[in-house]
Order: sequence, then C-alpha cells, then structure tokens
Amino acid sequence: MTTAAAARAPLDRSLLLIVPAAAFMILLFVYPFLYGLLLSFEPKDAMTLENYRKFFTDPRLWPTIWTTLRLALPATLINVGVGLPIAYRMRVKSRYQRLATTLLVVPITLGTVLIAEGMLTYFGPRGWLSQTLQFLHLYDGPIRLTHNYWGVLISLVVSGFPFAFLLILSYITGIDPVLARAAATLGADPAAQFRHIYLPLLAPGLAMCFCLAFVQAFSVFPSAVLLGAPAGPTRVISIAAYEAAFEQYDYSLASAIAMMMGFVQLAVVAAVLALRNWFYRGPVVGGKG
Amino acid sequence: MSAAGAVEPASTGPVSPRTQAWFDQAWRGLLLGLMALFLVNVGLMIVAVATSSFARRWLGTWLPEGWTATWYSQAWKEFQLDWVLWVTVEVVFAVVALALLIGVPAAYTLARRNFLGKRALTLLFLLPLMVPPITYGIPLATVLYQAQLAGTIYGVILANLIPAAPFVILVMTPFIEQIDPNLESAARVFGANTARMFWHVLVPLLAPGILAASLLVLVRTIALFELTFLTAGPDSQTLVVALYYAVFAAGVRAPQSVDAMAMIYMGVTLIWLLIALRFVNPTQLVSRVKEQPLRA
Amino acid sequence: MKHDFTELRLDRVTRRFAAAGGTAFAAVNELTLTIRRGEFIALLGPSGCGKSTALNCIAGLLPLSGGSIWLDDARIDTLPPERRGFGMVFQNYALFPHMSVERNVSFGLRMRGVAASEIAPRVARALKLVQLVGQEQKLPGQLSGGQQQRVAIARAIVIEPPLILMDEPLSNLDAKLRLETRAEIRRIHRELDRATIYVTHDQDEALSLADRIVVIHGGTVQQIGSPQEVYAQPTNLAVARFMGYRNVLELNVQAEQDGRVTLAGGDIRLTGVRKQPLSTGRACVAVRPEEIALGEGPGGANTIVGRVDNVEYGGRDSLVDVATRSGALLHVRSHVPVALGQEVRVHVPVERALVYPSDGAP
Repeated sequence: MTTAAAARAPLDRSLLLIVPAAAFMILLFVYPFLYGLLLSFEPKDAMTLENYRKFFTDPRLWPTIWTTLRLALPATLINVGVGLPIAYRMRVKSRYQRLATTLLVVPITLGTVLIAEGMLTYFGPRGWLSQTLQFLHLYDGPIRLTHNYWGVLISLVVSGFPFAFLLILSYITGIDPVLARAAATLGADPAAQFRHIYLPLLAPGLAMCFCLAFVQAFSVFPSAVLLGAPAGPTRVISIAAYEAAFEQYDYSLASAIAMMMGFVQLAVVAAVLALRNWFYRGPVVGGKG
Repeated sequence: MSAAGAVEPASTGPVSPRTQAWFDQAWRGLLLGLMALFLVNVGLMIVAVATSSFARRWLGTWLPEGWTATWYSQAWKEFQLDWVLWVTVEVVFAVVALALLIGVPAAYTLARRNFLGKRALTLLFLLPLMVPPITYGIPLATVLYQAQLAGTIYGVILANLIPAAPFVILVMTPFIEQIDPNLESAARVFGANTARMFWHVLVPLLAPGILAASLLVLVRTIALFELTFLTAGPDSQTLVVALYYAVFAAGVRAPQSVDAMAMIYMGVTLIWLLIALRFVNPTQLVSRVKEQPLRA
Repeated sequence: MKHDFTELRLDRVTRRFAAAGGTAFAAVNELTLTIRRGEFIALLGPSGCGKSTALNCIAGLLPLSGGSIWLDDARIDTLPPERRGFGMVFQNYALFPHMSVERNVSFGLRMRGVAASEIAPRVARALKLVQLVGQEQKLPGQLSGGQQQRVAIARAIVIEPPLILMDEPLSNLDAKLRLETRAEIRRIHRELDRATIYVTHDQDEALSLADRIVVIHGGTVQQIGSPQEVYAQPTNLAVARFMGYRNVLELNVQAEQDGRVTLAGGDIRLTGVRKQPLSTGRACVAVRPEEIALGEGPGGANTIVGRVDNVEYGGRDSLVDVATRSGALLHVRSHVPVALGQEVRVHVPVERALVYPSDGAP
C-alpha cells in the first residue's frame, strides 16, 4: 500500500511543475480576455449591447473593419502567394537557401517600428527610390508611397513576407523528398509532382500560414500610424481601439472594439479553414477516380 | 498480365523539351529576381537610415551634404537613451529569466506526462503566440491599470512575459522529448528526487535548448512593440517604444537624430541576432505552430 | 520507350561526388553490366559500397558523371526519371501518405493517362498479386510495415514496366516478415517474368532470389556470377569475406604447383587452391565455417590441432571457436557436440581452402 502511494507520489508532484505557467496564463491572458468581454457589455454598469450599437453606427468606427481588411487581405495574399513558389523553388538545402533564410530573418527581428522609419527615409518623396525612378525616367516627380495606403501595404509586405516565407519553407522541407522521387519514377513530371504530392501535403500548413499571416497583418498598428494617414484612409481598427482606451478613457468601448477585432479575425480564419477542408476532401481521401 | 498491356510513359506534352526548359529558366529567374528585389530594397532601406544618421544635411540629393557623428550624442541626450537602454536591459533579462523559470518545467510536464485537460492546456499555451499582441493587449492593459501595475516596469515585464513563456514552452518541448526518459528513471533508481534530477541531469542536457530559447526570447522581446506600448509609463519605456515616439514626433525634431536613434536600436537588435544565429537556426525565430513533418 | 527489351546495358557507369576537401570520389566506378529480359540481378555489397547510388542512376534520380546506359539501341541516361518507365520500390516504401492504397497504386497509371475504365481492373489484379485485396481505401498510416511494402510493390508492378528496381525493400521488416516477403517477391517475379535489379547487403537474400549476383565493393564490381559461383568460388578476398568466409589466415607460401599452394605459419600447415596470382611470399587462405570438419583429414593432410575456446549452441549445429597453440582462431560449424576446453582436430578439404594474395586487412 505504501509502496503504491509512494510510486504515485513523485508522478503527481511533477505535475505541479506546470502549475506556475498555467496559473500565469489564466491570470494574465484568460482573465483579461473574459474581463474585457464582460466589460464590453457593461458601459454603464448594466448588461447591454450599447457599445456594439455605438460601434456599428459611429462613422468613425465601423468603417475601420473594411479599412483594415483592405490592407490585410491583399498583403497576406501577396505574402503567401509569392512566398509559396519561391519557398518551393528553394526547398533543396543549398547556399542560396541558407543565405536567403538568414537575410530574411533581419526584417522580422528589426520589427515594424524600424521598418517604418526605414521606409520613411527610403520610400519617401525625397528618398533614394524616388530619386532612382526619376533618374531612370520611370516616373515624373516625387513618388507618393508614404503617409498613405501604399506605405502601410508595403510595410505589411516587408514585415510579413519573411515570416510567411520561412514558415512555408519549414513546411516544405518537412515533406520527405523521396515522395517526389517515387512520383517521378511513376511518370510524374515536376509540375505533376507539385500538384499531386506537394500541394495536398502542404494544404494544411498553407492554410495555417495564411491564417497566421492574416491575423498578424490585421493587427497592424505602428505602421498605420507612422506610415499611413491615421486620420482617414488608414484608420485601422487597432487605432480605433487605442484611441478609445487611451484618449477617451472609455475602456468599455475599447474592449468592445478589441472584441470586434478578434471576432473578424476569427471569422476569416474559420472561413479559410472551411475552404481548405472543402478543397481537399475530394482528391485526397478515398476518391474513386 | 501480358506484355501487351504495358503502358507508354507520358508523352512530352504540348511543348517541346527546349521550350519547357526555357520556361523553367524564365520562371526561376522571375522568382529569384523577386527575392533579390525584396532583399535589395530592404537592405537599401537600412543603408538609407544609416546614411541619414551620419548626415549633416540631406535634402533630396543622392548623398548628404556633409558627414557628422554628432546626431548620435544628440539623440542620446534628447531621448534619454541611457535611461531607456537600462530599462530595456532590465525588462528583457527579467522576461527571459522568468520565462525560463516557468516555461521549462511546464514544457517538461507537457513532454513527459499525459493528464486530463492536456490538450486544452496546450492550446492555452499556444494562443498567445497565434493571437497578435494588440488584440489581447488592450484588455490586458485595462486589467493592469486596475491592478495599478500599468505604467510601471513590473507591468511591462508581466505583459512581455505573456508571449515569452509559451514561446519557451514551444521551443523546449521537442528538446525534452529528445532526451531518453530512461535517464530519468536511472536517476531515480540511484536516489534523486525530482528537483535533484532536474538540476543534475535534465538542465545540463537541456543547456543548448535553454540557450536557444533564451536567445530567441531575448531577440523577440527587444523588438516587441505593442505590449510595451500599451502598458508602459513615461519612465518604463523600452527602446522600441521610445523609437516609436521619436518617429511619431519626427516633424518637430530633425530626422537625422531620429535616424541616429534608429541606428542604435538596430545595433542592439542585430548584435543579439548575430549571437543568437550562432546557436539557433533562423527558422526557429518564426516557428510558431509546427505541424508534424509527414514522412513516408 | 519500349514495352519489352532484349537487354539493358550499363557501360562504364560512373557517379562521382565531391567529398570534403574538394576532391571528388567515385561512389560508382565504371560499372559495366548487361541485363537480359526477365533476369533477376542482385547488387550485393556492404553499406556505402555504391549499390544504391547505382540503382538511383539507373532510375534517373541521379545524373551520371561518366558512362552511359542503353536499352537495346536506345540511350536512356539522358532521360529524366518520369520518362524511363521503370518501376521502383524504395527502402522506406515512399508511399504517398495522403492517398489511399488504391490511389497510391493507381498513381503511375493516372500519370500516364490510362483510361479510368482500365485502371480499376489493373489495380485489382496488382493488389490480388500481392495479396492485399480489401485494403483499397486504407491510408498508408493504417497499414503495418509488411503491408506497406506490398503496396509499394503493387505500385511498381501495376504499370507493367520492362524493368523493376528494388532498393533494399526488406531491410525495414522484422526477421520473420522478411522471410515471408522474400518468398512473395520470388513468387511475383516468377509470375511476371520482368527483369529486376535488387539491391541488398544481405547475402541470404541475394543467394535465394537472384539469377546472377553482382558483388560491389568500394564502387567497383568485384564479381558477377550465379549464386553458386559467388558462394563457392569468390574471385577475391573482399568478396570472400563478404560472402561468409569467416576464417581468413595469413600464412607464408611454401610451395606452389599446378594451382595448388601449400602454406604454413605457426603450427598450421595447409594446402589450398589458388584463386588469384600470388606475388609476395605471404598469402591468405579463406575457408567457410561450414566447410571445416571435425576429425583428421585423409592421411592427416590439411589438419589443424586446437582447443575449443567457445561454443555457441544453435539448435541443429553449433558455432565452435577453435584456438591453435600458435594463437590462430578458427570458426567451425559443427553438428557434433563438443565441450569447452576439449582438444580437437579439424580438417579442410583442399578444394575448399581458397588462397588469395594478402590484402593487408586483419
């Protein structure tokens, strides 16, 4: 009896190791989320949808969803859409692959704020890019790629493309190359190898990558302020939330806006995952021809 | 099966091999060209900032009208960089230490034990890495204000810890899984309890993983903007937040001093990145949710 | 591409890799071999000898550094693998994890544009041949190792290729399954009568399956011959060692006449058959453990005296280590039970003592 208890004891005690982390997460992640959710329904100490009504009627609030989508969706499509063929081309371990991955880590590490400052200097109307284009007579006059929609979009690509590329690359290199070789011996040319072997095996990873990249792009904040026109064309939803919290001190409304933000992200993620399932239920599982 | 039933391999298709090869070359050129375009432009961006930080005056010409290094000392004084750097050091190292302290044991439990609610707990740990900081940052800031921790360095540390601890768990779990569980059994047979087994057997074996995790968390925390931005007070700003404010108010100040500060920030970040790259693979910086590699 | 062929000819096939330090080394060195229709060829050799590389070159998965490959009069080494039309079975099966058994097996047919109406019966026939009827909708992850291997075989044969390539297909299976699947492969080969090139490091597999064995060592062909030839008459010491001639004694050459060599060293004196020209005064004599018998030889010739040093009981026989007074150790397979420490006399028939020049290896 005592031996059984003793045998159980060390095992139970080691489960305690996870308690600090779990407690921390619950306290500082789950609780604030629930608190914010509750708060969004209580602008004046009563359960009401007032905040959400305000959100959808205030012309400075609900268009932010569309403004943010206008930025996040194209950026994500570019990042994933261009990242996939390049990562596929670079799937063999080579000097180029190592060089590219090392260099691409730099923009991610530097972060969005530094990229914003760099873009203001380089992409600005008097920066090198503008001068080069004018010098080559490709454009007349100073270019307008900052303090507008394009500035934010470009910054989303600069910070988002390396992330998408590296993630897709890690998925592709996780696929055993012998599968493609087997397909080759069975008559599949390189295009067929990609279509029948790599693409179906990548589908879950690609969907995940799209979701992560989109979610990251949708939460754009410093770039929209520094490189965009936060008063109007690039007034993204995170700016609206920030203003509600730190300029109007209306924490309830801010929570509501943050909830809306999370909700839209969730909706898009769910749509992408549903799309992926719909696409690949057919050819992959038990088709009869 | 008779020989007559054998199949001709696929025909060459509508294009001749030569055209096909030309298409391949063109496609490859396009892809590598795009990559090169990206890298060159990003590189030039960085060089532009560097050039500007050393420029005496620079208004729309190819190169500045003279060079100087005074912007650095000016930025140092103007943005109180000595204080900001110190805060950054405190925050970053505190976050790394705490993340390791609560993350490594948690990773151990996840890697070795099965228990009720394990999947839910794993998902809980992954959420802060998948949800972008600003989405949970605003409710978090609200709560920290209530607890009167916001605006202090403790609030900033706690906020940055939220993505850091799960990241440590994510990085460490495969490391722990790699260690033969028989080693732990052997340690127990020879008399070690959990704490001593950890200290004498696991931690030394996990040293490379712990080092990798520390460096990755360090690099990520230095660049983490939103959480610190939402929770910091005027004297608990990290370098990246101070840089943001400087760029934000750039109309008032000379752009060169902002660029000088940007260079200092870049220097700090890149030094740690270079150190980290000696020990870790670049892709580990972004690996968030890694699917199981499909092997035949 | 021909449906059938008369011969596949490898002409000085060479494949070089760049080794560390910049020098190139040849993993396959001037491999020359002719394979006839329906023949079962085994490429046999230790790990790293280049046999898998050679197979990959034949399949088109690796380009040649030198030499050429011909299918009758057509040169094929310039073709990519998808146009050579050979079937290949990989060591770790390489089944497409996202496709069912049926879709795995039909993949080659679909790539070649075979009509759907024809695919179904051919897949059914292939699965019947490997005895996997009823598993069509399973995914590879739901099958055992042996079943996965049979799916891989079905996938290769359903396209009815003129040549089937097998890269150590049994090495991932446990011992019992290996024997069963080996018998399957033999049966399938008899039914289909397709030329097959089979790579293995296991001499039992090669001996039991092949019409001809190609022994490869260090990228170079050491011997090509029937199983009987390679087993009983290895051409050099490397082949002999690999084929199980565990007793290799380096002795001094005393006399040589008419192909018979007498050697002596320590307290051993043996006469054997010379397999290669000898130049120095030292030579190695190789003998199989099964071919050393207990007891004195006729007239006391070719007899060695020793003491039993170790006995490994094996059921129908025992592996006995006999140590001579001068320190040489002989491995003997004996049906007669012996005791540890017992003094014994063993002898070797002259024709089964093969003499080679020393190669410097222990």
